[in-house]
Amino acid sequence: MNETVPPRELVARIVRLTKTYQLGNRVQVYALREISLDFARGDFVAIMGASGSGKSTLLNLLGCLDRPTSGQYILAGRDVAGLDDEAHSHIRGRYVGFIFQSYNLIPQLSVVENIEMPLSYQRQILPGDRDRCLRLAHLVGLAERVHHRPAELSGGQQQRVAIARALVNNPQLILADEPTGNLDSATGAEIMELLEALNGAGRTIVMVTHEPEIAARAHRTVHLRDGHIERIAEHRHGRVPPPLAGKGPHRAFN
Amino acid sequence: MQSRPHFRGIGARVFQRLRLGVGSLLLHKLRSALAVLGILIGVTAVIWLVAMGEGVSYQAQQQIKELGATSIIVRSIKPPQEKTRNQDEFILTYGLLRDDYDRMLANVPAIRTAIPMREISREVHNRDHVVDAKLIGCTADYIVLNHLRMERGRALADYDLKRYDNVAVLAHAAAQLLFPIEDPIGRAVLIDRNLYVVIGVAAERGASAAIGGSLEARQYDSDVYIPLTTFRRRIGDTVFTERAGSWEAESVQLSQITATVDEIGEVDQTADVIRALLAKYHKTLDYSVVVPKELLQQAETMRAMFNVLLLLIAGVSLLVGGIGIMNIMLATVTERTREIGIRRALGATRRDIIQQFLWETIVLSGTGGVLGIGLGFLCRPTLAAVRSAIMAMFPHLTAALPPNIKNLEPRIAPWSIFVSLVISLAVGIVFGLYPARRAANMDPIEALRHE
Repeated sequence: MNETVPPRELVARIVRLTKTYQLGNRVQVYALREISLDFARGDFVAIMGASGSGKSTLLNLLGCLDRPTSGQYILAGRDVAGLDDEAHSHIRGRYVGFIFQSYNLIPQLSVVENIEMPLSYQRQILPGDRDRCLRLAHLVGLAERVHHRPAELSGGQQQRVAIARALVNNPQLILADEPTGNLDSATGAEIMELLEALNGAGRTIVMVTHEPEIAARAHRTVHLRDGHIERIAEHRHGRVPPPLAGKGPHRAFN
Repeated sequence: MQSRPHFRGIGARVFQRLRLGVGSLLLHKLRSALAVLGILIGVTAVIWLVAMGEGVSYQAQQQIKELGATSIIVRSIKPPQEKTRNQDEFILTYGLLRDDYDRMLANVPAIRTAIPMREISREVHNRDHVVDAKLIGCTADYIVLNHLRMERGRALADYDLKRYDNVAVLAHAAAQLLFPIEDPIGRAVLIDRNLYVVIGVAAERGASAAIGGSLEARQYDSDVYIPLTTFRRRIGDTVFTERAGSWEAESVQLSQITATVDEIGEVDQTADVIRALLAKYHKTLDYSVVVPKELLQQAETMRAMFNVLLLLIAGVSLLVGGIGIMNIMLATVTERTREIGIRRALGATRRDIIQQFLWETIVLSGTGGVLGIGLGFLCRPTLAAVRSAIMAMFPHLTAALPPNIKNLEPRIAPWSIFVSLVISLAVGIVFGLYPARRAANMDPIEALRHE
């Protein structure tokens, strides 16, 4: 499916993924119909589609927030589709980084505590973690504000915190749900630059958006319609496909 | 860049959770404070009520212990008038006999000592000073038995009894009234038509409270002790009293015999033997056998029941506090639905969420518990202050209160502190569990969408 890009290590693969909802007694609604997609390491995929096309459902399934009705979801080498809630929680914590449209920071925690938070659900917080979180805050340009509360930051700054938080657990997959949806175009562009830089450093990003110009900055765009893939558009940026990991200008993100 | 100190191990984890909980609770200071207040009042109620119950039962127990756990008290009881009053007899004769005393000593080998006593009310004079005294004819042992210390002079001795001496030992208050200025030792007091030389004054001794219906309260203030033998020779068994314009006469040989045995285990059996022995020679039940050990056991049972009752009352207030906590946690959970969704999306399991909210309720109830214990320790000074304030405001009303209420000293029971702390934490867990489970069972997708 991804013939134009040289074969690379797969981060995630979905095979005939289906999600149905039961409406009322008998009516079954298909949110996703037998979707199959591969996500290689270093991929940057935009998902577009009208509301109700299933893009949120797909993102939720990729993030293990939801369980598919049928089909396979292979993440980090194993099928995680049928796992229980606790296993899904651990997968979210270890392999997935979330970036939301409305940032979703915890209001009573400071910037650095917000960044650190996913780690506390994985393992004991170690002495080095705080420094790592401070470095991440520095990398997203918030070194001066690490002890501020989210309410004291602008929207763009909050989204930067959210990006740093999504990176703290070294995720296989970064899932961004309309990351620029709440931002003005200038700030949105800055956030997109940050995401591109992450991608350039080897991060795999799946991003839901409804803005074509935002989607155009990804490697390819998956257009969904009524729960199935309408088409996949490849974007040629004239850029060398990003290296596997750690050699780009933003290797600090690793 | 500054970095905060980090801790390792379980302690560190608990510390992190506690810090998180405290941080969230501080977002709503008033709300959290009110929840804490509910538990605080409950815990304080437990400690105070138990302390007062302990204080009351301590008084009773002290008195019973004074009577002695190995003693058996046999007292004369005036039988109901109409039953025994023989119209022909002018003198009402009842009660324990000197023969009973001899028989007890002779026939009940378990009895180590038996102390006889005879008491009547008499006026005691020193010139124009008069005291309505309780005149007690007794042996030297009786003074020891009642834990009377001598303030001045000496106690009654065996040779006083042997020689039928006219000597008297005065209780502290009686001595004060009869001899306001002089030293009473060596002076004479007049009882009926006889003079008695004062040989000693007993030290002050607090009154003992009554125990149930079996034993009356005993005041030692107005006692005047004379030798039992002198009592018999000078006053005799028959006592005349003027009542409703006519004279009544009662003849009683002994008012009380206090028998003691060596072992506590022998008390019950010996009491039964004494009862059987007395029943043989008494046609009517003009005596009673009181076993302080039984009273002690009764008092223990009473105390346990009392404590259970108080704990129930206090438990209700803790329950109310718990409901308050639950109410606040439910509001908090609803309010923080989105936070729950975020945490779940970032890797928190259901158990993590349950723990987070449980820690918050534990912080709330634990704070209430600790503060409540602090307030509990203020029980004694608070009660004393309140009591003196009430006594100052309503002196007439409070004068009528029985001494065991007036003199009540709350005694904080160590177990009540432990119990109330455990209960308050348990309340936190029990009433926190439902809101925490509700938080944990939210669908993370729904929770993330929540505004």
